Amino acid sequence: MTVLACTLEGIGFWAPGLPSWEAAQAFARGGAIDADGPRKPSPRLLAANERRRAPETVAVALEVALAACQASGRDPASLPSVFASSQGDLVIADYMCATLADEPATISPTRFHNSVHNAAAGYWTIGTGAMHPATALSAGDASFAQGLLEAMAQLAGGTKAVLLVGYDGAAIGPLGAVVHSTGLLGGAMVLGRDPRPGATVMQVRVVEAVPGSAAAPGPLARHAGGNASAPMLPLFDALAAGSPRASLDTGTGRSLEITLAEHQPMQGAAHES
Amino acid sequence: MPPSSPASVPPHAEAAAEVRPPLPAAMEPVAVRAWTATTALGTGADAQLAGLRSGRSGLRPNDFGPLVDGAPLPCWIGRVGGLEDAPLPAHLAHWECRNNRLAWIALQADGLTGEIEAATRRHGAARVAIVVGTSTSAIGATEEAYTRLEPGADGTPSFPPDLARRAVHTVHALGAFVQEATGLQGPCMTVATACSSSAKVFAQGARLLHAGLADAVLVGGVDTLCGSVLYGFNSLQLVARERCRPFDAERNGLSLGEAGGFALLERARPGDDALKLRGYGESSDAHHMSHPHPEGAGARLAMRDALARAGIDAADLDYLNLHGTATPANDRVEAAAVAAMFPGTVHASSTKGWTGHTLGAAGIVESVVALLALREGFLPGTLGCDTPDPACGPQVRTEAGNSRIDFAMNNSFGFGGNNCSLVFGR
Repeated sequence: MTVLACTLEGIGFWAPGLPSWEAAQAFARGGAIDADGPRKPSPRLLAANERRRAPETVAVALEVALAACQASGRDPASLPSVFASSQGDLVIADYMCATLADEPATISPTRFHNSVHNAAAGYWTIGTGAMHPATALSAGDASFAQGLLEAMAQLAGGTKAVLLVGYDGAAIGPLGAVVHSTGLLGGAMVLGRDPRPGATVMQVRVVEAVPGSAAAPGPLARHAGGNASAPMLPLFDALAAGSPRASLDTGTGRSLEITLAEHQPMQGAAHES
Repeated sequence: MPPSSPASVPPHAEAAAEVRPPLPAAMEPVAVRAWTATTALGTGADAQLAGLRSGRSGLRPNDFGPLVDGAPLPCWIGRVGGLEDAPLPAHLAHWECRNNRLAWIALQADGLTGEIEAATRRHGAARVAIVVGTSTSAIGATEEAYTRLEPGADGTPSFPPDLARRAVHTVHALGAFVQEATGLQGPCMTVATACSSSAKVFAQGARLLHAGLADAVLVGGVDTLCGSVLYGFNSLQLVARERCRPFDAERNGLSLGEAGGFALLERARPGDDALKLRGYGESSDAHHMSHPHPEGAGARLAMRDALARAGIDAADLDYLNLHGTATPANDRVEAAAVAAMFPGTVHASSTKGWTGHTLGAAGIVESVVALLALREGFLPGTLGCDTPDPACGPQVRTEAGNSRIDFAMNNSFGFGGNNCSLVFGR
């Protein structure tokens, strides 16, 4: 069986009322929501005018990505990145479809180029100056799990460290009645190939899914469960609670069995069969 | 250029990692077991070859998409004929949309289905992954729903019942459809990095094989015409009124097209006679959402890394299928980058004058052109290019050539400054 391993070098998190990973950890341990917190993040990577115009999905993705890099101590410009989003920006999708039905020739060029699924990845590379590869993908409810596989595959291929970001925003309009997602949610990790003293070692195995075996939702999953990226939350709940394991559905009848441990000796990201 | 990093990032022992991506080591070649493309030129690889040989463009005056003042957007398109009359089989009807119809047709061509079944027998369905690319996936179905809104149970404007299917109105509609259509159970994801999407799938597929996460990978891409791209690119003033003219001094924009294609990747065996993926390079411009880097810095990085993974020098490359969209900026920047990196012996061309710019499917379509060049020794010219832009070096060819070649590259560059180059060989 293939086992991939990496070091969790830094985490970023943002959800309504939980504007940082520290706030999320405190909440998961019984703390309170910051009810007066910002409605959306205000990522410092963007120039002031772009910050106001940026889609909320881009704002939350950049916020958590930068926080994860800062926690890892790595220069964002030195990292390849994987951006996983189930739906992309549903507000822009609603705008595009409504405008096309009504007045197609009036589509805004800025909103059109912001409609691409890799908008957050693009703004991230522009804001940080990162010329390393950036990817953007979706796998529905398994977007973060599949993004994790791609990130682990990059490490196995020799990359020293990679940024993984999961995010989604709220659905609105007629589309929102069919594709459901509420609030804003972002989670990011810098994953490293080599061990680091004191850092969490994450091992990932692809295993046959056992129906009905999903863990009861943790505090973060209960708080932000309506967001299309909520299926990533079991991993963040496990990390916040100090649990030794988590499971993420791959969407293909299998799940990623993830074990989390401190200070375990490891052989890098090489796989064993 | 933006600053290289925010000043607020604290120093760390490992922060000294070099910012410029390091040169990658050579990779193990990956066998391309089967490959196929369907475009405005027809269904399957041979239809592409016949169209490219004939010099006959697949483009036609636009007869698609939302009307303004009773008329479609005045431009030319690469439309795949017959999709309207090709419903999905009944057991897949819940996936109905133009994009999945094209995906289904593309899956049936060039013996791909048989190769997928053979790989499934060899490795088991759980060891065969799916990595497919798209830019707009099934958004055409969402656009249609917005033109047919009707009062829902609570009176608010709602999707008509036939289009109220959650799984279709999402980016992953493509990957999830291919998964159900093929029965494969390995890792499955839809890559959406605009026009580099279905080139990047080859890189990701190679990585999944290398990491041991799969023993075979079905890669590919499908994108279909829709209002979003016609009027979106029009809003950026990037759509030509006439047929696109890649690399011509008088070019004034792209022609949009639709296409689907796939390839089955597997680790190469000793003595394997399949054509191979020899290298890939991916990079970011870190410059602008919809304009290329003026010096093509990201494009050069992608080509550099693809050559390095293939273990070859620029002079070893025989054919280069250019991104060549026929927008003024792309072709100027790409031509200059190619002129700076390659000797004049390289035969470079854009085939978008035949197919149009098929966006998220361009990577797979033009990889098939590169594979055809290796198999047939036929190197296409550049349809629509009469007077090459002064930025073009001797690499950019207007006329076709014939010679047995060993290495062919494909460039795909997308919005967000997302670049990917692939090298194929024997």
